[in-house]
Amino acid sequence: MPEDDQQSSRGAAVPFADLEFYKSLGMKSGLEIHRQLDTERKLFCKCPAVRTYSDHFDAELLRHMRPTLSELGEYDPTALMEFKTKKEIIYRLARDTVCTYEMDDAPPFGLNRDALDRALVLGVMLNLSLVDELHIARKQYLDGSIPTGFQRTTIVGVDGFLMCRGRRIGVRQLGLEEDACREVSDKGHLRTYMTDRLSIPLIEVVTEADMRTPAEVAFVAGVIQRLCHLSGVVRTGLGKVRQDVNVSIAGGSRVEIKGVPRIRQIPALVHWEALRQRALLEVRDLCKARGLDAGAFAEDLDVTEHARRFSHPLFAGISRGGKAHAVVLRNAAGILAYPTGPRRTFGHEVSDRLRVVACVDRMPNLAHSDDPDCFGLSGLFEAVRRQTGATCGDAVVVTAGPGRDMPTAVGEIRLRLCEALSGVPRETRKALPGGATCFERLLPGPDRMYPDTDLPPIVLGQADFERARGRAPGALWDKEAGYAAAGLSVEQTERLMTTDRFRLFDAAAPRVRLRASVLAYLLLDWLTALSRAGIDTRPADADLLARLFGGEDAGTMRQRDAAAALSAALGHVPGWVGKAGGKGQAQGQGQAGTGSGTGAGARVTSGVDPVEVRT
Amino acid sequence: MTTAPDHPDRFKGYRGDGRAALERFGTGVWDVVDVESSHGRFHGLILPRSETADEHHLVLKLDTGYNVGVAARSVTAVEVVGRREAHYKIPEKEFPSDAGKPNVKLFGTGGTIASRLDYRTGAVIPAFSPGELYGSVPELADICNLKTEKLYAVFSENMGPEQYIGVAGAVAREIENGVDGIVIGHGTDTMHHTAGILSFMIQDPPVPIVMVGSQRSSDRPSSDAALNLIHATKTAGHSDIAEVMVCMFGPTSDEYGLLHRGTRVRKMHSSYRSTFRTISDIPVALVSKDEIRPLRQDYRRRRTDRKVKLDAVYDDRVTILYYYPGMKPPLVDSLVENGYKGIVIAGTGLGHVNKPLYPAFKRAIAAGVHVFMTVQTLWGYTQMYVYDTGRDLMELGIVPAGNMLPEVALMKLGWTLAHTTDREEVKRLMLTSVAGEITEREPPDAYLVYQGGLPEIEAYVKKHRM
Ligand SMILES: [Zn+2]
Repeated sequence: MPEDDQQSSRGAAVPFADLEFYKSLGMKSGLEIHRQLDTERKLFCKCPAVRTYSDHFDAELLRHMRPTLSELGEYDPTALMEFKTKKEIIYRLARDTVCTYEMDDAPPFGLNRDALDRALVLGVMLNLSLVDELHIARKQYLDGSIPTGFQRTTIVGVDGFLMCRGRRIGVRQLGLEEDACREVSDKGHLRTYMTDRLSIPLIEVVTEADMRTPAEVAFVAGVIQRLCHLSGVVRTGLGKVRQDVNVSIAGGSRVEIKGVPRIRQIPALVHWEALRQRALLEVRDLCKARGLDAGAFAEDLDVTEHARRFSHPLFAGISRGGKAHAVVLRNAAGILAYPTGPRRTFGHEVSDRLRVVACVDRMPNLAHSDDPDCFGLSGLFEAVRRQTGATCGDAVVVTAGPGRDMPTAVGEIRLRLCEALSGVPRETRKALPGGATCFERLLPGPDRMYPDTDLPPIVLGQADFERARGRAPGALWDKEAGYAAAGLSVEQTERLMTTDRFRLFDAAAPRVRLRASVLAYLLLDWLTALSRAGIDTRPADADLLARLFGGEDAGTMRQRDAAAALSAALGHVPGWVGKAGGKGQAQGQGQAGTGSGTGAGARVTSGVDPVEVRT
Repeated sequence: MTTAPDHPDRFKGYRGDGRAALERFGTGVWDVVDVESSHGRFHGLILPRSETADEHHLVLKLDTGYNVGVAARSVTAVEVVGRREAHYKIPEKEFPSDAGKPNVKLFGTGGTIASRLDYRTGAVIPAFSPGELYGSVPELADICNLKTEKLYAVFSENMGPEQYIGVAGAVAREIENGVDGIVIGHGTDTMHHTAGILSFMIQDPPVPIVMVGSQRSSDRPSSDAALNLIHATKTAGHSDIAEVMVCMFGPTSDEYGLLHRGTRVRKMHSSYRSTFRTISDIPVALVSKDEIRPLRQDYRRRRTDRKVKLDAVYDDRVTILYYYPGMKPPLVDSLVENGYKGIVIAGTGLGHVNKPLYPAFKRAIAAGVHVFMTVQTLWGYTQMYVYDTGRDLMELGIVPAGNMLPEVALMKLGWTLAHTTDREEVKRLMLTSVAGEITEREPPDAYLVYQGGLPEIEAYVKKHRM
């Protein structure tokens, strides 16, 4: 086994665009991007599709979820896992945002046609084969995030593509589906959800696993984000977009990292997931080399009485009737300490399962004999070894929690170790800060899909497709190439398309004589800076820009002079901004978009009017 | 089911354009195909077509599990690349037997307490054998020894006199054979009709007779079916309440069920889980996984004898007339002309209809039709002395039926007319309560339909859930 520091340094410093390195791992990655459609109402009822969420509620509801058979007669593994957790699910309902449909006490009303029309526009823009007859499916979610236990979802188109830096990235499908609840809390056997977001129309863009480096995954996510903005059919802003990233390496498995809120988090997550899979394959080889099989993890014993003598936080619940159990891992010393990511070891893989599946979620929920931090428990490990005749070549894992959860907990420890014998389990994982991830649930397969018997298929005709084609703007990549040809930098183009400012740019560009890059500067940087300084920039529309910059002389106007002219037209007197634009003013101004990290303010201070604008 | 290439099931459900396309391109259901159409490419498994769907589309199951429809006439090429047949089966395990547990018999009439999906028609097929039930609700084995018998497979709106008589006979036979409790699976729409008539056909049973169904079919994870079935078998096997009851969700939350007396229960919401309510009275008991808690003491107790009074007869020449302002006399006349022998009026308020109908009812009663008055308010009693209208109606021979629910009065009138047509005897039988269909008094808290939106109700449903 490699040394810790050697292991964690291997690959840690690789640039995220290093094609050769990721090729050597056989890494492949794809995206599933969810965005809310900008409709007035929800997808299957007439409730308002609210734009801002609230934690106010008028009533509570309790449900449990049971797995059911799929259309092809199989139980889905995720479903069975969720059933093992035996969670009580509480839904909080507000009268103004949900009706009997969302609480699953009424069948669906018809599909929201506005949502469908909007989805078709995206279908056209993603070059999909559009579906002639939509079939509403039920996709099981037993985590309770939807009170029915399934999400109503349908496929609008398949087999499309995106162009990304000249590479064709396949788009597997575009789905139209209802959004899920917002989780409020998840403790022990009780999970609570707020329902206002439930059933807001969402689209899901699923790409093929065509991305080859972490940097490329983020780039493609950016392209999809800009394409959605260009479409004009989706909602913009944080929380309105969620991306799932799936990653596999050669010999590994498809693992999905769910709900990544920001594109800039993607590269590190993809990178560390690839390295985690490599580490798990190394663990597998190690187990193989030591000849381990399921029998190696067969012994467990109740160590509650031993544990009482130790003041470790793991055993804090024992005085209140909790139990402690140990599992002996024969000939497996060192495996639990095997590094799998930044400050993560294989022991964390086991701990995650205890937390999620067995609901043993008071941390720490496990201690093991490979962990130097558990030095104080060596007496306990020795006692277990003595009792079972184990040696120092055998590892000991101890978990503790409510007695009723111990059988599942012990089972999960065994299960995760057995999975280690075959490599990388197919899972969905949650992003943690710093690029690491933790287990969320087993990856569901197609077995969780079955047809919705409450709604008939919806037949689409040429008229529907023509309407969508008429409404769809041209290809994003053509538009961006046009900006580049007009003299915008790549960065300006991407920032324009990441906000709604491109609409003003397009409206103003034919009517002003400014160089395109200067116009872009005014819209992206200068207006933002003025706005932050408390100036009302709403009057800066295409008409104003045409009046200011429509003349012959504007063609040679310098950036700073154009900026000064725009400031003056908005009623800004030099020297005044500085006073008005104090701290209080700068805050509360909605920051448009998630554009450049350098920030418009910084640009302004170093550019035109350093005295005026302090940020 | 096998579908060799020349087998008729190869085109299962496909007609017209759809079938023509399958034939033209030499393919059929369960083939994995690449389809080229005039506006795209699709890869998937050809599924059977629902018989209610149109004939213009082929249904493909994509690898992701989604289904899509492709317009048959737009298809330009199909390449068959594989074959995958679905085998749909609920895991069937032998229901364990334990001499220490009560024996419960479950009769099926066609509701969907346990079910699976028919991918051809999209319909829900009931799962019913003890093995299938055990496979999907293993908790049942902790409650009782279960035997099942499928009596009918009809939607609840298709239940009728023939089925009522059949069910009553089967229940009586099973009781005589010594079972400890009966559960009857039933669609929810007319469960209160069946509960009403069984209360008259099977009188004074020695064991619980529990009707149960589900508002969300059991092919969905949030179904109420499993919990209802658990509550019903527990009641049948362990409770000491020897009456015909309906066992369904109390609140809409997965918390507890209520046991409603068969003659006092009504479905009150088209889709809510907690749709059944005891009307003008309180329920008999509350049942949860942990306990059966009686809410009153005036119920018939379980006995060890096997005596049951079976009286399964029915005359179906009876109807309910739901009165509305402006109702015209010919409506009543036509009932008489068409041979109806009994009319239950669901009248307004305390039991009223308008004056223009008086002559029509006079003619009906003279023709030998028996007319009873109930209230369309559902809650409360008829009281026909308060206003002149009521007194006039009684003078015509219309008999107020106390607080009998309209549907229950209909069931009872059909049952009564199968015994006698003597006016006084019909009246006596109708107004003599057999199983709580008319009560002497309404408790003060029987009519509590809480009004959402009020601050105190909000506080209640936040604390105790809905
Ligand atoms: Zn709604």
